[in-house]
Amino acid sequence: MSDLPLRSQLAVALGRTAAKMSRLAGKGDGSVIGGRIGLRLDPELLTRLAKDRKLVLVSATNGKTTTTRLITSAMTPLGEVATNAFGANMPTGHVSALASQRGARYGVLECDEKYVPMVLAETGANVVALMNLSRDQMDRAAEIWLLAGKWRRALEASPQSHVIANCDDPLVTWGASTAKSVTWVAAGQHWREDSWCCPECGGPLDRQDTEENSDWRCRQCHFSRPRPDWVLRGEEIVAPDGRAFSLNTVRLPGRANRSNAAIALAVVAQFGVPPEQALPLLSEVTSVAGRYTTVESQGRAIRLLLSKNPAGWLEAFDVLAPAPGPVALSINAQGPDGRDTSWLWDVDFRILRGRPVWVAGERRIDLAARLEAAEVPFTLVDDIDQAVMAVPPGNIDVIANYTAFQDIRTRYGRVV
Amino acid sequence: MSSDHIKIVWIYPDLLSTYGDQGNTIMLERRAALRGIPTRTVHLRSDEHVPDDGDIYLLGGGEDRPQILAAQRLRKDGGLHAAVQAGKAVFAVCAGYQILGHEFGGEEGQPLPGLGLLDIRSGRGERRAVGEVVGDVAAELNVPRITGFENHQGVTSIGPNAKPLAKVVAGVGNGDGQGFEGAYAGHVLGTYMHGPALVRNPALADLLLYWALGVEIPPLDYSWAGRLREERLNAVLPAT
Repeated sequence: MSDLPLRSQLAVALGRTAAKMSRLAGKGDGSVIGGRIGLRLDPELLTRLAKDRKLVLVSATNGKTTTTRLITSAMTPLGEVATNAFGANMPTGHVSALASQRGARYGVLECDEKYVPMVLAETGANVVALMNLSRDQMDRAAEIWLLAGKWRRALEASPQSHVIANCDDPLVTWGASTAKSVTWVAAGQHWREDSWCCPECGGPLDRQDTEENSDWRCRQCHFSRPRPDWVLRGEEIVAPDGRAFSLNTVRLPGRANRSNAAIALAVVAQFGVPPEQALPLLSEVTSVAGRYTTVESQGRAIRLLLSKNPAGWLEAFDVLAPAPGPVALSINAQGPDGRDTSWLWDVDFRILRGRPVWVAGERRIDLAARLEAAEVPFTLVDDIDQAVMAVPPGNIDVIANYTAFQDIRTRYGRVV
Repeated sequence: MSSDHIKIVWIYPDLLSTYGDQGNTIMLERRAALRGIPTRTVHLRSDEHVPDDGDIYLLGGGEDRPQILAAQRLRKDGGLHAAVQAGKAVFAVCAGYQILGHEFGGEEGQPLPGLGLLDIRSGRGERRAVGEVVGDVAAELNVPRITGFENHQGVTSIGPNAKPLAKVVAGVGNGDGQGFEGAYAGHVLGTYMHGPALVRNPALADLLLYWALGVEIPPLDYSWAGRLREERLNAVLPAT
């Protein structure tokens, strides 16, 4: 990769300097600004940096950052792996990641759903992992049916890319099914409110509704779940050769992370890393950009959970300490959160009955109205500190959406 | 009310439910229950017939393709037409509002036939309207200032057989240059305030309950939904 044209080398160097300045100024990890400067000097920088490397793109509505981290960890036996570990998941972040690890022969890039076609076209990635699609930040995100259609066209135009896709999600399956080669992973789907209609013809989908079986087929047309190559069954995954592996060693909690781990195992198997080698590496991941981290303050152990949309809340509820464990919720509605809080009404909060619940964040009144309607008793607080001080010493779970989560991380120290 | 309870029919949540539309059924159920009125809610999927024995029919928002499918199926089914002829209450939001009219804009903006249950015509505008919307409601409905969040690219004009729901104070609303938001005629009411519009506007929920019952209902005490309405109005119009 030392054969970059002079202008590209300059772009990489200046981008790195800008990123370093940004870090020194305390403005985050600098990957966005660095990449932006690099791309301005050389618009084809991403293509050049991707050349001669084996790249994985990881995209979904939920679990992108975590799965990127799991795959990166499991690929370490292959050599150095470049990755955008901090969730800067647009081309500027990709440029930064690849530029800062010029010697890495492998790359694992988390990719915003909307940017998959562009990044695929520019990098010709070898493997694309697609996990789930559901309603998310509707005031600025693309409509998901439209999005899946764009994935179809992009994959059709990229026959060299192998796809690893979650076939339990009908929309992801439709989005992936134009690819020339696909490994189907039955990785589960718990949020189904965006999957009642056939993506192919609009007809009703008939679905199996058990934890063990997520089979589905359209009542009107031929579209149905492909036969899975990998099958996630509860705490176990069955590989294509029929061998079963326990996922008990995965340290990240909950069924959503077992699903992320299943995708990660299928991805690294594509590069020749077998599950028995990959699983111990997955277990080294204990928190991802502060998510699932437990911080100590005032004798309380505060566990931080990030949830950005209805499907994400369902998964956060899945990992809560059992009732009557206390829970604090914090909701903002700034740009990165989506300025619209309507989605709160798609979340079934009744599961929080029987616990002490604290409500904070800039849009706590929206949350209060929602909990009132769900008949969940709660206490309104100005910030998470008040909730932490109000519970007796012990554990408390905190669920927050994006900027609310960042506020809390800043307050308790940026643990990674 | 057809029997001893109010029957709420949520039309096609499999197609028209992307923005917390469920909040409207929850609010109607709750505000009826607080007055001792039982409700029953049917989540009607798009392969089912629209029953004519509902009291309140709800239509939510949706993407282009589901909107087109919903309009086709409702036209073919005819059940909602029968309900409207019988004077039942209909509350429709965003994509659901558009399909109540004579025509609406398809995936490429092409005009597609709607249900013709409300004298409005919708097409696709130049820019997407995204943000808070506030309006002063037609006096005869006796509903205070409404607040919501809009997210649409529709432009809707109101014909002689329907009236504007509200005059826009902030935001875009119908977007046809007349300065109106939403429309109504008889007991059919539509709005661009998407998703849980009845949560922020409890009086609108009460209006639908009143239409369903045919008798005045007692006011309710202060609630968090009421406080949310005040907070949102203050956030959008801090000077007033």
